[in-house]
Amino acid sequence: MVDFIHDNYAYWAIMLLLVIGLYGMLMKKNLIKKLIGMVIFQNSIIILFVTAAYKWGATVPVVDPGRSTDEIANYLNPLPHTLMLTAIVVGVAIVGVGFAIVISIYRNFQTLEEPELLERMK
Amino acid sequence: MKAYNYILLAVFAGVLLYATLHLPERGDVNAPMHREFNEAGGEVAGNYFIRNAYRDAATPNMVTVVLADYRSFDTLGEVVVVFAAGMACYLILRRREEA
Amino acid sequence: MTNPSQSPIVIVVSRSLARVIQLFGIYVIIHGHYSPGGGFQGGALLAAGILLLRMTEGMEGSQVELPTALAMPTAALGALLFAVTGMAAWIGGGNFLEYAGLPIPGVEAVWLRHYGILVVEVGIGLAVTTALVSIFDDLVGKGDHG
Repeated sequence: MVDFIHDNYAYWAIMLLLVIGLYGMLMKKNLIKKLIGMVIFQNSIIILFVTAAYKWGATVPVVDPGRSTDEIANYLNPLPHTLMLTAIVVGVAIVGVGFAIVISIYRNFQTLEEPELLERMK
Repeated sequence: MKAYNYILLAVFAGVLLYATLHLPERGDVNAPMHREFNEAGGEVAGNYFIRNAYRDAATPNMVTVVLADYRSFDTLGEVVVVFAAGMACYLILRRREEA
Repeated sequence: MTNPSQSPIVIVVSRSLARVIQLFGIYVIIHGHYSPGGGFQGGALLAAGILLLRMTEGMEGSQVELPTALAMPTAALGALLFAVTGMAAWIGGGNFLEYAGLPIPGVEAVWLRHYGILVVEVGIGLAVTTALVSIFDDLVGKGDHG
């Protein structure tokens, strides 16, 4: 039982973050809060990849003179780290564009509450 | 409507928790990602990067080598995405002032 | 947020802190070969240094750091530096972005790839820094009377 929790608790925390992100996007009526939910969702997926890349007994993918690069058990797989590095940058770009759209909505309708927006769009 | 959303969230959480039971354990050395060969029988890309990154580019940081050398075309696209995001903000927020 | 801060303490501290942040950003870009780092992270740090001054000294006062009109052209320049480095590899007979084909005589292929990565990282850093500053300027800049 302790082993089961020890092997999986990181994934449970990430899944909790995913559900919180989806909750923010589904239930909140304010567009800024929806964006915050999206950022939580995005970052929990980044944490999921970095967690999955971990293996016991390995070190970070920076060559250490004391550890042979021929033995793959010595180093973490660098591919997920690289992919998530680029995902973080795309995430920042998405948040920037999202805020730009939110600001232009606010300029047009003077509100960010979803029911009021739907009312004014009629 | 709100009840449906809560049911959707509960189903989502249930599916995710069920999925964690079948994920490889955290840090498992024998996970498909850390093995020598993947399920289809091909070589795992990460192992090639670990073995050859320092030999190919004289750079200790493997992530930098993968980012800027092996997968540099991907990174070029990434930089264009950042540039496109900047252009999108420029076009969305500055158009109104001229009109 | 575009107005300068009223407190001299905030301005003095942020000015000295911004230089430290920017120096660390340059270090992260240049030292990305040997330690965790690279163009994206260093570019974000350089942008953070400029944005700190944008918030404390005001939009007008911090134009010296990076003029708003110059931000997007510099981002294009950074992306272009990346692409041109890739195309320069064609001259030496390599494929696109195969740095071993860069036309610099007397350097081994391994070290050509080493320096090719460095040039590309500087291009990424330039593009990320200026694109982030440009996004901030657009979001905050003239929001009140737009």
